[in-house]
Amino acid sequence: MTAVSDAYARPKVSFWNDPKIRSIAVQVLLLLVVGFFAYEIVDNTITNLTKRNIATGFEFLNKSAGFDLIQSLVVFTSESSYGQALIAGFLNTLLVSSIGIFLATLLGFTIGIMRLSRNWLVRSIATLYIETIRNVPLLLQMFVWYGVVLKSLPGPRQAINISDMFFLSNRGLNMPDTIYGEGAWLGLAALAAAIAGVIVLRGWARQRQAATGQTFPYVLTGIAMILALPVLGLLVAGWPITFDYPVLGGFNFTGGTVIIPEFMALLVALSVYTASFIAEIVRAGIQAVSHGQTEAANALGLRSGPTTRLVVIPQAMRIIIPPLASQYLNLTKNSSLAVAIGYPDLVATGGTVLNQTGQAVEIVMIWMIVYLSLSLTTSGFMNWFNARMRLVER
Amino acid sequence: MGSAPKTSAYLRTEEAPLLPPPISMVGIQGWVLANLFPTIGNGIVSIVAGAFLLWMGWGILDWAIFSAAWSGDNREVCAAEGAGACWPFVQSRFAQWIYGFYPIDQRWRVNICFIIGAAALVPMLMPSMPHKKWNALFLLIAYPLITLILLTGGHFSITPAGFLNAVIILALAATFLPLLAFGIEEGIQSNRFGLGLAGFGILVWLASFVIGSSVWHSGLGSFSPGSIAAAVFIGAGGIFGIIQLRGTGSGAQAWRNWLIGSAVLLGLMLILKFDFGLEPVETSQWGGLLVTLVVAVTGIVASLPLGILLALGRRSNMPIVKTFSVVFIEAWRGVPLITVLFMAAVMLPLFLPEGVNFDKLMRALIGVALFSSAYMAEVIRGGLQAIPRGQYEAAQALGLSYWKMMSLIVLPQALKIVIPGIVNSFISLFKDTTLVSIVGIFDLLQIVTTSSNDAKWASPQTGTTAYFTAALIFWIFCFSMSRYSVFMERRLETGHRR
Repeated sequence: MTAVSDAYARPKVSFWNDPKIRSIAVQVLLLLVVGFFAYEIVDNTITNLTKRNIATGFEFLNKSAGFDLIQSLVVFTSESSYGQALIAGFLNTLLVSSIGIFLATLLGFTIGIMRLSRNWLVRSIATLYIETIRNVPLLLQMFVWYGVVLKSLPGPRQAINISDMFFLSNRGLNMPDTIYGEGAWLGLAALAAAIAGVIVLRGWARQRQAATGQTFPYVLTGIAMILALPVLGLLVAGWPITFDYPVLGGFNFTGGTVIIPEFMALLVALSVYTASFIAEIVRAGIQAVSHGQTEAANALGLRSGPTTRLVVIPQAMRIIIPPLASQYLNLTKNSSLAVAIGYPDLVATGGTVLNQTGQAVEIVMIWMIVYLSLSLTTSGFMNWFNARMRLVER
Repeated sequence: MGSAPKTSAYLRTEEAPLLPPPISMVGIQGWVLANLFPTIGNGIVSIVAGAFLLWMGWGILDWAIFSAAWSGDNREVCAAEGAGACWPFVQSRFAQWIYGFYPIDQRWRVNICFIIGAAALVPMLMPSMPHKKWNALFLLIAYPLITLILLTGGHFSITPAGFLNAVIILALAATFLPLLAFGIEEGIQSNRFGLGLAGFGILVWLASFVIGSSVWHSGLGSFSPGSIAAAVFIGAGGIFGIIQLRGTGSGAQAWRNWLIGSAVLLGLMLILKFDFGLEPVETSQWGGLLVTLVVAVTGIVASLPLGILLALGRRSNMPIVKTFSVVFIEAWRGVPLITVLFMAAVMLPLFLPEGVNFDKLMRALIGVALFSSAYMAEVIRGGLQAIPRGQYEAAQALGLSYWKMMSLIVLPQALKIVIPGIVNSFISLFKDTTLVSIVGIFDLLQIVTTSSNDAKWASPQTGTTAYFTAALIFWIFCFSMSRYSVFMERRLETGHRR
């Protein structure tokens, strides 16, 4: 009797067929193979580097770069170091990505909603846009914006003049530069106060709605506050803002500030391209909200505006946001195509540094670390967001 | 109640005749009213949108056809004021855009590759055509071989050491055949001697790595006493393995599979080595659409099997396999393709031992293949996750092994679900091939850009026309792929929805 129960308790598995032992064997084998390749790669790299007399390590980052950047958010001269060049490039990447994300979202939501329009013509325009833009490589579009559209603008002397303040030419968009005088901090402080006020207002409005059911138009009030308070602050300080206008002198503009054509081309191409993907995400998200929700809202007496705003959009956002975040990440990664038109982003400056110093391993490592941490941060945020937004079911 | 029911005179006994629907609900008028002018505001929007569409459509038509230059042999026809597209320029350069700098008298080889590819692909894509398995085998094994030989000229230098390595691998496979035929336990018992010899051979082989300074020079790359001794031992093990299989039914089958495998492997090596008398063409002479297609097809073909393996690894219960797959997938997906290409271009040569080198195109291909396999893995993982647990459990209850469960039950269903996703990643891979131009490979986009800067054709319209044509080519490929994915999605809808 004990023999029978033993046989049931622990079926006899031979050593070779035991799944545990097999899985350990497979994993040890994989480790050995990966370890072997890693060893080979490191060994070969060290041999090759010593043969080419390339020192490893990150000391080169402190050396003087000796090249200029056509756009930099921080002070950068040719005496600055390679490390500073990479930081300037990274900031440029962040700049073009963040503005690009903003524009792409705006355009993408517009096109996505147009795609759902009842009007056949509006719908067709949106479909035409999506099917054309999505199926043509981004790099080609970038070349078209940079090499065809912006290059065909007139030269600085015949620049398109918009009220003597903005000049659009093939050298870029020249526009007035703001100079902040004494007391301009008051405007900034007022802006901060306005933002804090909006947050408090929103909390109060929500609480009141939860308690009494009365709504308060906090969005409009908030926008008014954010616009009005800084102006008020600056007025109190005696309007310490002056503008430096661009003036045509010789063959180019002096004064003011300029948005370089490389930046414009990259920004427009990225926004237009990503918008076509965002539009499809928005359309799919809105269509995924069941029609019963709209009907239920109508049955409760909500008109079409509040139905969309309060019932459809919040539910659609739950579906839209995860793929939207991955599109934002794609846009950031695609901004590395800047190297093809010479906009000094992280990859382009890194490429220049690489060519000058030959420190291929270190530069590629920096690229990978920067982009990987960007994407891991985003996916971490997305996991948190999904956990928060998940439908709570019984 | 025999009598007929009495009906009052005011009750109608016949149905009233059907009235036609109101004129505003049917036909063109009804459609226009419902879709364009449902309200006044909507009508205004329609007029604006219609005007915009007409203006744009007319602009494109006028530029591309009515004011376009159609013939000529230099820039003068295109440089005229108000001229449209510069088609003579495209005509004069079109062959270069397709073939790159491939020698003109050798272009027939590229054409044959295109034709065979199309002829094999079209029946593959039509669901009603039979023999899908053979078709797929041809496309995945024979076709790459044919194109490789035709495009490069074949006659690869495969060293005797290469053949020796192939023979060692085949002998190892023969040693392990009894394990496959009898099962592990019995297989070990029946072939102790052969396994022992092969194991000793492997040890000798490994020892030759340790003694020699580099793997390539001692073990894999050339003859050395160690590798020859190892080959002898492993070969002997293989012979013993084969002897064990005499007479058994499953043994005969294992034998046959081994023979077929050996013949294919050695045959492939011999074909690659064989001199067909084709003029060798360096990959640096390839260009244009040819390179774009080579990069895209290689990426697609390599990414599917690699992606399946990585997806399975990511779903595996083994922690090390899972970690490795996750790290591999996330590392590639987290970085832009252009840094991967830079890495392949500048770092791959550093990773390889002295004397081993790939050409520029090959390096880019490796980068593209690894990159796209990470994306493919995530698409396939989605499909694996969508298969209900019951399918896995049913397969296990039937006693199927892991690989049988995956290949017979799970993967066929999972891959079917993700066909649209797979096609989508093919489309983005096809568009991403343009990035190889940044590392100096003359793909379609690069060659179009270069030729539009030619002084002979310099005119305001040259660049526009060139990019328009290139965009049209890319658009046709991508759009037809996406339409095909929609078609397959509809066809494969087997009614799981309730």
